[in-house]
Amino acid sequence: MTMQTNYVADAILDARPRPDSIKNKFFTGSKITGYFLLGIWIVFFVSIIWFLYDSYDADYMARYAPKYLYGFLTTIELVALSVVFGGLLSLPVAFGRMSKVKLFNRIAFGYIYFFRGTPLLAQLFLLYYGFGQFRHFWQDMHLWWLFRDSWSIALLSFTLNTAAYQAEILRGAIMNVPKGQIEGAQSLGLPKFVTFFKIVLPQALIVALRPYGNEFILMIKGSAVVSIISVYDLMGETRRAFSQTYDFQAYIYAAIFYLVCVEIIRRLWDVIEKRLTRHLRRDNS
Amino acid sequence: MDYLTLLSYGDTGWGDEIAHGVLYTVSLGVCTLPLGLFMGFFLALGINSKEPSIQRAAKIFTIIFRALPELLTLFIVYYGGQILLNLLFQKVLGTSIEVNSFIAGIIALAFVFSSYASEVFLSAFKGIPQGQYEGAFALGLPWFKTMRLVIVPQLIKLALPGLSNLWLVLLKDTSLVSVIGLTDTMYATGLAARNTKEAFLFFALACVMYLVLTFISSMVLQSIEKRGRRGELS
Repeated sequence: MTMQTNYVADAILDARPRPDSIKNKFFTGSKITGYFLLGIWIVFFVSIIWFLYDSYDADYMARYAPKYLYGFLTTIELVALSVVFGGLLSLPVAFGRMSKVKLFNRIAFGYIYFFRGTPLLAQLFLLYYGFGQFRHFWQDMHLWWLFRDSWSIALLSFTLNTAAYQAEILRGAIMNVPKGQIEGAQSLGLPKFVTFFKIVLPQALIVALRPYGNEFILMIKGSAVVSIISVYDLMGETRRAFSQTYDFQAYIYAAIFYLVCVEIIRRLWDVIEKRLTRHLRRDNS
Repeated sequence: MDYLTLLSYGDTGWGDEIAHGVLYTVSLGVCTLPLGLFMGFFLALGINSKEPSIQRAAKIFTIIFRALPELLTLFIVYYGGQILLNLLFQKVLGTSIEVNSFIAGIIALAFVFSSYASEVFLSAFKGIPQGQYEGAFALGLPWFKTMRLVIVPQLIKLALPGLSNLWLVLLKDTSLVSVIGLTDTMYATGLAARNTKEAFLFFALACVMYLVLTFISSMVLQSIEKRGRRGELS
């Protein structure tokens, strides 16, 4: 069948020229603003590159490049370990929060409220300096090795912190699974254990995927505060380099490291999400 | 030493210092909020814009400040701003200038806040039907009036839950400014902890102070949200 090409309106009316007000203008206000703003960015980036080039120093590089790399690995190690441990710890917290037993519910609520309501820095100080005050008690308990070392304290406080956030993510995702799914499993006679692991959790994790990615990125960014209790992560090495040389390029290199790292994770997460939710998309792209 | 003496007002106690610190934290947050909201709103408008160059410029901003750690942003604004301003002033006036760390703190926090706020505003913009713009256009309202009278009142209601989350994040992020020497809650409690060797007491107090601030602000935000819904059928 051929498309109909003759319209009545065409026969009656001649096409009008576009009104002046919506003619394609070469200089519109928004175009000028846009190019102006982009110009500022270009000047900004060029001057940063020029600054890095100008202050390039082979000695500086040889001295600090391995330290930066080491700091970067420390950051990644800290974040990866605390996210995994926090994920494990978040399971009992999330189940406590969903429990019908009032005591468990209250405890989990208090835990989450405390760790989400206070700054990471305050938690870190409380654990490092505050708990460090009871040195003799920890020595009697043979736990002083844990509270003496700033790295293990950083790991502990990050684990506790991210467990609270991850518990909320997990709880939200599990509550999001429609009730009919559980009822369907029950009517098939599946035991509770199987229902949870084979039906509820896979659907919940898809919902939780994006918040988990955000939490991961937030942890990478948040991990910078450990430099304050003298853990030499990427930020710690940067601050040390700056305090030794007063050379501002230290901070610029750190910014580049963080920017690239977060951007890679963000892209990676997009790919993972696309792969895991491919059964939910209508188009087969 | 008696704990109550330590927490009292006056020369022997640290109560007054810590109260000042809490006030400082609140004022830092309150000063950052309007700037951050303003910037976030315009960033969202930029990302929504039909002009690709504006879109790109706004996106670069949000990508950078959402990826950098808040602490690093603070240092870059504080030290970088110092270097840049000194360079300019020495070229032009031949004098050097000291960057106010309070203003540096506000600017750094506002950069971070606005890049997250733009995301909230963007999703709120999506919740406003196209017909609202067309209706305003049909009434002959200019762009600014369309925004002020038609879009923003609806936008605020949609963006409020996300923005209240961001406010709580902002309140917690203000703790970082103690690193550049601002006398906020963390700084005051840290000073007290070092001087009295009662670190646990004072840092626990700092946590309690932040919890109280969080609690008060979530109460206020809830009542605002309720007020925003008063026109709806319950």
